[in-house]
Amino acid sequence: MPIQTMLGREIHVDDEGFLTEFDEWDEDLGAELAKQIDVTMTDRHWEVIRFLRADFQDRGETATTRRVDSVGGFPVKEQFALFPKKPAKKMAYVAGLPKPHGCV
Amino acid sequence: MAKAKPLVPKFDDEATDRKLAIICSKGNLDMAYPGLVLGNAALGEGVEVHLFFTFWGFDMIHAKRQKKMKFSPVGNFAMHLPIGGVRMPQWLAWLPGMQPFSTWYLKREIKKLGVPTVPEFLDQISASGGHLWGCKMSADMAGLTMDDLREDVEGILTAADFIEMTDGAQVIFV
Repeated sequence: MPIQTMLGREIHVDDEGFLTEFDEWDEDLGAELAKQIDVTMTDRHWEVIRFLRADFQDRGETATTRRVDSVGGFPVKEQFALFPKKPAKKMAYVAGLPKPHGCV
Repeated sequence: MAKAKPLVPKFDDEATDRKLAIICSKGNLDMAYPGLVLGNAALGEGVEVHLFFTFWGFDMIHAKRQKKMKFSPVGNFAMHLPIGGVRMPQWLAWLPGMQPFSTWYLKREIKKLGVPTVPEFLDQISASGGHLWGCKMSADMAGLTMDDLREDVEGILTAADFIEMTDGAQVIFV
């Protein structure tokens, strides 16, 4: 597993760059990750990210777009607007979580 | 082994000009799902997706029939009983009440996985930017028009329109 430096601290990531350690993330790092993929964070972006983090903590699994909609209450259409093209992966990346594994 | 430049996943690479056309030709509940699952997954990867509904698959975009799709174990030799995984004998598949029971059972299992119903799945695909199209010949045969279909169906296409529209696309037939 590669280790890389962001905001002057060392973080563990997988081969693609997704964080592998839940506890190494905080919102400052989230903002930095968002910057890397050209997402400008708004309050609404943070609401989605906070949902993903809390849901992961409960279930040990990253929520899919379907779940972010049906459980989190963020419509799929809005997810595509906030994190264009590949919302599930982009949300997971900014939230410091692994890519979602669910099919739907 | 700290790296000077952070490793960032490739989200918007050249793969995003990929285009996918999925032909949904079946009207049984179980066979509605493969096209929906793949189409939805492709949209989540930034792929342009067109779903084309033809023959029995037309029920999937019929405003009323899409809510009443059924599953039957008749003629399905891969149908195993929920207990013990034993293959269901075909004489059992014909019993009265078996079709409503297996439809109920399949719906319950799908719901358990957090997978939406057919109408909700199409809502999600639409909201994700997927395109829904009906087949002209199927519409003519069944005497149906755009008025009978979901509002997000963009049009009824001839086979030639479909071929033209899917120029350069990868095609999946279900």
